[in-house]
Amino acid sequence: MDGIDVLEDVNFTSRQQGGPMNEMSEREDLMLKMMRQNAGRIMSTVPWAQALGFELTGIEKGRAFARVAWREDLVGDPDTGVIHGGVLTALLDNLCGVCINTALKKPMSMATLDLRIDYMRPADKGRDILAEAECYHVTRNVAFTHAWAYHETRERVIATAAGTFALNDINRWASGNEAMDLANKMLGGG
Amino acid sequence: MTTRADQLRAFLDRSPFARFLGMRFEADGDQLTAILPFQEKFIGNRAINAMHGGCTGAFLELTAMAQVYLSSDLRRPPKPINITIDYLRSARGEDLYAHAIVHKLGRRMASVRAEAWQGERDKPVTALQAHFLVAEDG
Repeated sequence: MDGIDVLEDVNFTSRQQGGPMNEMSEREDLMLKMMRQNAGRIMSTVPWAQALGFELTGIEKGRAFARVAWREDLVGDPDTGVIHGGVLTALLDNLCGVCINTALKKPMSMATLDLRIDYMRPADKGRDILAEAECYHVTRNVAFTHAWAYHETRERVIATAAGTFALNDINRWASGNEAMDLANKMLGGG
Repeated sequence: MTTRADQLRAFLDRSPFARFLGMRFEADGDQLTAILPFQEKFIGNRAINAMHGGCTGAFLELTAMAQVYLSSDLRRPPKPINITIDYLRSARGEDLYAHAIVHKLGRRMASVRAEAWQGERDKPVTALQAHFLVAEDG
């Protein structure tokens, strides 16, 4: 399935608690639009995200959604079939990075400063894992995020994450992400 | 007679995700050195040839788990409760090494610190603090 088509189903105004869409500056709007247009490339250009089968399923202002399918080779403990925590760490870390970009006015390069993961319950054998991430505060140098992994809803969570990221000028620090680099060019960069 | 290190090796050989990572280890007494031979799939950022934070994190979580197992007489590998990962430097596309120290091994919980490095041992690229459930009935 084409990732871009998936994203077009997402109503990205509905869940936002802040002001309505029209309060958003035109430039911010453009950033989200650019990301949606290039959504198929946001995770597919990251080898480790590809290796684990991450799929970006939606973006909103300050939020991102993804899915990873259960796979035999991602199982940590062969006796239980439970997906290894390291898969969730990578998924939530990556998704936090994506959700920060949706919250920015222009593309920036980012690096994880720290990431805390709490494992609430094991993932069920054979089931997809869904995830969502929220960027709840951004300063000039740092972005703060929360993320959740679950099978159905956040009410029954598998793992939660709190991540802080250092933000860097994309023109001095390569983003390494084709979609972000493209967005940067189109938004006039720096 | 199988040693504790043999039992750990047997578990890692059976763990699909440990195999997917290709993690190896050497044991010197009950101190473990974990090794992650580099693979292209570990990359998180091609432009700067950096490994994905989720990959170094997974490697450190396995290292911490392995060290708790090696330092204890648990029948099953311990389950992670939480982890905090500190990204200190960018991990390049090269082999990674890691050590872990078990700060406290209680009846129910273990507290562990693990560090990964490339090249210079005193310049860790990533550090992890983890708590594991070690109760056999947990």
